[in-house]
Amino acid sequence: MLAESLFFSAVLFVIGVVGVLTRRNAIIIFMCVELMLNAVNLAFVAFAQVYGMAGQVFVFFVMTVAAAEAAVGLAIIIALFRHRKTVNLEQINLLKG
Amino acid sequence: MTQVELPLFYTFHFYLFGLIAVVSAVLFVTRKSPVAAALWLVNTMFCLAALYVLLDAQFIGAIQVLVYAGAIMVVFLFVIMLLNLGHPSELADARGLGWKLAAGFVGLALLAEVFTLTRSKIPLKFLELKPGALATQIATEGAIAPVAKPLFTEYLLAFELTSVLLLVAIVGAVVLGRRTKDAG
Repeated sequence: MLAESLFFSAVLFVIGVVGVLTRRNAIIIFMCVELMLNAVNLAFVAFAQVYGMAGQVFVFFVMTVAAAEAAVGLAIIIALFRHRKTVNLEQINLLKG
Repeated sequence: MTQVELPLFYTFHFYLFGLIAVVSAVLFVTRKSPVAAALWLVNTMFCLAALYVLLDAQFIGAIQVLVYAGAIMVVFLFVIMLLNLGHPSELADARGLGWKLAAGFVGLALLAEVFTLTRSKIPLKFLELKPGALATQIATEGAIAPVAKPLFTEYLLAFELTSVLLLVAIVGAVVLGRRTKDAG
């Protein structure tokens, strides 16, 4: 089932990319990044079936990093919301000058 | 690579869960409300957990449900509701047509690239496991031992480093989320 898994993984990853490019809500963009991480995890698990256990161990690490990223990223979004009263990325343009 | 003959029951469920995952992901990126989007993403993650189980990764499937669908998405939903993002002014957040066309183009290009890559044949010398080898290993050793052994031997340093990473993330989240006096 390697080819089928890679197919689903690619489609899910591309849906995540399209979501990041078409949305402005910071939280939805963040969730799209999580979807992309999940898609890559699927590819890792599919390869682990053929190449050995290292793929599944790496998925474990990806999940840990995703959990850390979610905690810090959501804290940043809350801090941003407190200052700007919005999570719309078009209105968060402090660095634009 | 010699193909093992898979039962129809298996392939049917594989395609079923894969299709549900893709459809929920599409619904997830097109929903206006962040809460609805988050719930569709939870659905995608459950289907991915089912796919992991079908791919002989029972332990990964279990922690997918516990960590991703259980913990991470609950934190997302918690923040969405804390910030009260259901407000109508926040809902219309899709970008204009130019961005959508660009995103479609980038998406098609990425898909084409990935499909070209997956069409290439993998040399047999890189194939370490015979088809079905993982399933027999899980049948004899249980689902967790095959993951735990490399995790605590070969990848022990990385495992210890992730604990440091989690500590840094906890401290960072607390510092960032702290209410300062001027910004209260």
